[in-house]
Amino acid sequence: MEYPSWGFYPVVKNQDTYILPNRITSIPSLTTSLLPRGLGRSYGDSCLNENGTLIITSQLNHFISFDESSGVLCCESGITFDEILKFAIPRGWFLPVTPGTKFVTVGGAIANDVHGKNHHCAGNFGHHVLSFELLRSNGERLRCSRIDNSDFFFATIGGLGLTGLITWAEFKLTKIQSSFISQEQIQFDSLADFLTLSEQSEKDFEFTVSWVDCVNTAKDVRGIFIRGNYCKPSESAVLKVHNTDTFKTVPLFFPEWILNSFSIRAFNELYYRKNLSHHKSNIVHYEPFFYPLDSIYHWNKIYGKRGFLQYQFVIPYKNDQGAALSEIFSLLQRSQMGSFLAVLKTFGSIPSEGMLSFPKEGITLALDFPNHGESLYEVLEQCDQIVRSVNGAVYPAKDARMRKESFAEFYPRLNEFEKYIDPNFSSSLWRRVK
Amino acid sequence: MKKILVIGATSAIAQEVAKLYAANSEELILWGRNSEMLHIISQDLLVRGGKKISSISHDLNDLAIHESKINEIWNTHSKIDIVLLAHGVLGNPRKAEVNQAEMLHLLNSNFVSHVSLLTFISQKMVQQGFGTIAVISSVAGDRGKQSNYVYGSAKAGMTAYTDGLRNRLFPTGVHVLNLKLGPVDTPMTKDHKKTALFGKAPSVAKGIVSAIEKKKNTVYLPMIWRYIMIIINSIPEAVFKRLKI
Ligand SMILES: Cc1cc2nc3c(=O)[nH]c(=O)nc-3n(C[C@H](O)[C@H](O)[C@H](O)COP(=O)(O)OP(=O)(O)OC[C@H]3O[C@@H](n4cnc5c(N)ncnc54)[C@H](O)[C@@H]3O)c2cc1C
Repeated sequence: MEYPSWGFYPVVKNQDTYILPNRITSIPSLTTSLLPRGLGRSYGDSCLNENGTLIITSQLNHFISFDESSGVLCCESGITFDEILKFAIPRGWFLPVTPGTKFVTVGGAIANDVHGKNHHCAGNFGHHVLSFELLRSNGERLRCSRIDNSDFFFATIGGLGLTGLITWAEFKLTKIQSSFISQEQIQFDSLADFLTLSEQSEKDFEFTVSWVDCVNTAKDVRGIFIRGNYCKPSESAVLKVHNTDTFKTVPLFFPEWILNSFSIRAFNELYYRKNLSHHKSNIVHYEPFFYPLDSIYHWNKIYGKRGFLQYQFVIPYKNDQGAALSEIFSLLQRSQMGSFLAVLKTFGSIPSEGMLSFPKEGITLALDFPNHGESLYEVLEQCDQIVRSVNGAVYPAKDARMRKESFAEFYPRLNEFEKYIDPNFSSSLWRRVK
Repeated sequence: MKKILVIGATSAIAQEVAKLYAANSEELILWGRNSEMLHIISQDLLVRGGKKISSISHDLNDLAIHESKINEIWNTHSKIDIVLLAHGVLGNPRKAEVNQAEMLHLLNSNFVSHVSLLTFISQKMVQQGFGTIAVISSVAGDRGKQSNYVYGSAKAGMTAYTDGLRNRLFPTGVHVLNLKLGPVDTPMTKDHKKTALFGKAPSVAKGIVSAIEKKKNTVYLPMIWRYIMIIINSIPEAVFKRLKI
């Protein structure tokens, strides 16, 4: 079985695998470096280990305890968000923070300290983690929390799988009365409008996100601002779980010419027009709201065999009122690098706790690019420079190419973090940026 | 509330089946060899809603204790609605062709231990006058082939035995189900190259629960294997013996 990353780039060789049979077994001593592996939903090389061994956590898929009154769930690290939702929703609970796909594991969510559409009010996934067990390659088992082994706790949250293997974790779910979301979609046609909308919405809406068109914009960005809250019982009191059994799958790689800049332009135009009325409100199930891409199981194969790259960064915008962001937009436009999906969101002021956590207060943009090769990497390198110049950061979970110098600048606590790395653990990303 | 005895409870497929019954608030009795794993699984099933979970850890190939263990289970629980036999090993097929110990290990773990257990289980089931015995067998038992005929012959024996047992128990109200599984993506098949035909444990488990519910006699899971086996069984032996399968 092969273990590529979600973007199919880079392609690495000689990855051995070891399936950890259960949470009480120790990590075997091997001659190659080790890296835990969840569902491989990281885009670049943070979940790859060329010439090393991946420790597969698929057998760590058991629940340990659940407290119906507080919503505290303790489970093994290989359990997926998909499975947690199936368990929690009928009982009136939801994940406190979720990324844009439910096919991630608890271990992967902690190791990347993932964020969701509610960052401005809930922070990262790590903020909701109470404790976990870290299994080190020397057999040591550290129970980590904000009190016990707190240094390892904060190194492991956002620690890119390098500090050891998380065997189980305990975190708090959120109480819900409905599995439906009351959402509003609002068109905007400038960055200034987006910022005003964000500011207004963050007080009253738990979830905010925007889709932006950065291909077609004559002078400014345009897009759709989406905001929502869980329905109140008066709007919907239904607790309905999603259905994963009826997947549409993309079984084969699509030929590359399908995704040229023309089709990307057309897609963006269509998406924008789909929502022609300026303001629209409706009630939707959480599945299309949080996980619009999950219904097509392997959509990543649409980009063809060369794969694709995602680029996500955060930049503080309050000082320059978004000037750096405008600069990036116009750079992308000039270089004709179309992006299929561009997602824009503001991160709130809750400080991240992990030494290498990505989110910080500011504005974050995520872009998908078909892998055009060198010309693309050059443009992204230029983007990195802009992000560096304003003290921003690029998200390692989505990175396949940033330079050492950039990584060190984006993550100033790097030296502190290094002390907690398991001597036998490493990853392709780590060897690239360190 | 139903009582379900799962034999070979630590297998990936058995665990998925047990999860479905637990979510339905049933009572489960788990029998496996690894007591630490049984503990992990019991915790999981309790969280998922299982009403009562108990477990027995003992090697299933230790035939000498079968009778007393089965007596003990029925003494404690007085009745069992469903018994699922889910244990088995793939072993090393090449080794089993030439090595007596490996060959006996395969036959014991996939046939002899099952028949021994069923000798006692069927008596208890007949006494109570109801219940379902479901046996996980394999499509490998439908036709012997060079790649794994020792394993396959044990499963073929299993099929003949279950068919006969069903025939004998029918008038007593006890039902016997033979589950012919195609390859499933589990730790048991971790070294096998996964094709599109590999089943997923959770959906195979759903198929098992539904077949038990519907009192089916024999089912193929995933379903596609029924058609694949029709084709494989229709190849004349004169041709088949020349194939490399
Ligand atoms: C469609 C899509 C949408 C996404 N949206 C978002 C989003 O909105 N926000 C966001 O933050 N991210 C997002 N992501 C990225 C994704 O959430 C992260 O990459 C996540 O960490 C993937 O989890 P995984 O289980 O697949 O882990 P993997 O990708 O397999 O591994 C990720 C990292 O976790 C480590 N790891 C895994 N298990 C363990 C363990 N048990 N112990 C220690 N370390 C471990 C690995 O070593 C690796 O470093 C998205 C990804 C996709 C494909």
